Amino acid sequence: MIAQTLLSGLTTGAIYALVALGFAIIYNASHVINFAQGEFVMIGGMAAAVFVETGLPLPLSIVLAIGIAVLVGFLLEKLAIEPARGASVVTLIIITIGASILLRGLAALVWDKKIHPLPAFSGEAPIAIGGATLLPQTLWVLGVTVVTVAALWWFFNRTLAGKAILAVSHNRLAAQLMGISVRRVLLVSFGLSAALGALAGVLIAPISFTSWDVGVMLGLKGFAAAILGGLGSGPGAIAGGLALGLIEALGAGYLSSAYKDVFAFVLLLAALVLLPNGLAGRRTAERV
Amino acid sequence: MFVRILAAAAALFFASGSFSQEPIRIGAFLSVTGPAAFLGDPEQKTLELYVEKLNAQGGVLGRKLQLHAYDSAGDAEKARGYVKRLIEQDRVDVLVGGSTTGETMAAVPLAESAGVPFISLAGAVVIVEPVKKWVFKTPHTDRMACEKIFVDMRARGATKAALISGSGGFDKSMRAECLKVAGKHGVQIVADETYGAGDNDMTAQLAKIKNTAGVQAVLNAGFGQGPAIVTKNYRQLGLTPPLYQSHGVASKQFVKLAGDAAEGVRLPAAALLVADTLPSHDPQKKVVTAYKQDYEGRFNQEVSTFGGHAYDGLMLAVGAIRRAGSTDKAKVRDALEATRGYVGTGGVVNMSARDHMGLDLSAFRMLEVRKGDWTLVK
Repeated sequence: MIAQTLLSGLTTGAIYALVALGFAIIYNASHVINFAQGEFVMIGGMAAAVFVETGLPLPLSIVLAIGIAVLVGFLLEKLAIEPARGASVVTLIIITIGASILLRGLAALVWDKKIHPLPAFSGEAPIAIGGATLLPQTLWVLGVTVVTVAALWWFFNRTLAGKAILAVSHNRLAAQLMGISVRRVLLVSFGLSAALGALAGVLIAPISFTSWDVGVMLGLKGFAAAILGGLGSGPGAIAGGLALGLIEALGAGYLSSAYKDVFAFVLLLAALVLLPNGLAGRRTAERV
Repeated sequence: MFVRILAAAAALFFASGSFSQEPIRIGAFLSVTGPAAFLGDPEQKTLELYVEKLNAQGGVLGRKLQLHAYDSAGDAEKARGYVKRLIEQDRVDVLVGGSTTGETMAAVPLAESAGVPFISLAGAVVIVEPVKKWVFKTPHTDRMACEKIFVDMRARGATKAALISGSGGFDKSMRAECLKVAGKHGVQIVADETYGAGDNDMTAQLAKIKNTAGVQAVLNAGFGQGPAIVTKNYRQLGLTPPLYQSHGVASKQFVKLAGDAAEGVRLPAAALLVADTLPSHDPQKKVVTAYKQDYEGRFNQEVSTFGGHAYDGLMLAVGAIRRAGSTDKAKVRDALEATRGYVGTGGVVNMSARDHMGLDLSAFRMLEVRKGDWTLVK
């Protein structure tokens, strides 16, 4: 049973980690917590499911779905965040909350309020491993997450564009003086976050289905994971996501399933009190 | 919408030339929009459709029906306001509505003190238990669903069952009712697991059930996508006891979501959902087939049991008014309470002074998923 519980926790945790990474990227570039992150997850899953229903092949549907999410990410930045760039961070955060409500409403209108399935990427025959069983989709979730994290590491550490984003997150003014376009960095980070969210949505849809309101809870859990790991830290977001998934699964399996969400959020509160910067947060000293 | 109905009703009224005859006023408050729109929308459509039909047939007692409908949007406070207006301003003869239990319970004190017959379309047992003089309801309750399932479990020789339920209102209410009546049917609940609203993996809870000794059947009290995930996880873990789902997911949607994993799953459902598969001697065959044809022909969307509840509500009211021979509220109430053998979409209704719902377990059919479709379990 322990193996089953751990597997279940890792799968959910990997999805939380992808969502948390999306939070971290936008936070780094703009210090905005993008509460529309969960809606990117929804758009990814819903768009892919609807495309498959209209008869498109699965791989093409997935690519199109992620493309749509990226487009929405760009639009969100261009139409909602950029015009308000002089505003305080709190105002920007509230704008993202508004955007998430708008996106949810649009999804319900453009698509529908039904629950949609997405076919598993490679069949549904359970694989038995040492007393536990897992679905092939679980391997996809874990595998794609690992590949994505590696790709992100490469992007941020080995490419000029990635380094520019990092530079903006460290010191916006200095980066601007060095000729980095902060506006473009913002745009790219919204697009990247949207892609990550949509990817998470596409990966999880075959396991848990998707619907117009699926982004609320996934967004919230991803946010909790990002906080747990330390806002703005990539490795922290991954660790936070996996930890959250594992705690939930272990709590549900060994203690009471009624308080599953409680364990996760109590741990989050404890982390905020004991480790205010999260598991991997930067220790910053305020200069007075 | 409301203005249009009123205009249509008025046009019919004047066309008939009977200025002396007051119309019979039906007051409705339904969650046409908002989170419970999936209940209120088909209910409103059904009421409009059948008020129109009845008027085309010459009305009731030679009088036209007039529908006063408001959208209470799933909000108990709004429902209260509209019911006040229906009783005091619109002076309706009978109330049909309350898509949710919250809206219904908000309206109960008003209907009781004003003395207006009130037929609720909401599910919970509290509406008719304890019995309230003026309040009736058409839908079956979750307690009946539990009992239907337990009877079927016993018939298959299972006495020890595990329960897994979601955390939504429907799920919680059904879980509580099932725990209450399990003992009465000789079923012992040996495991009681729950999962959250947005959960995407229930293998942890199911693994716990798998490791519980002596589980002979599993019941999932749930609504939405949760039950489909439970069903998939159930097969993934290779659990073998029979799996039961609730009437909350009795739709083609569930079979579509759960796919092959749904094979062999049993659940209780209203006859309306299996109108086509019912044998021709079934007492409800005629009424459910006719309603299904009327509704689907008019609105080009699949019937739901919720619209059926509104159909039953309207027909019970009309039947009582016919038998009372007037719209005198006390007489209509008495006639409602004396309803016997009304065959509706929800079942055969036999009201009494102690039972203001009047349905028994025969209102539910036990279905099994076979080859991706429903089959009736004998």
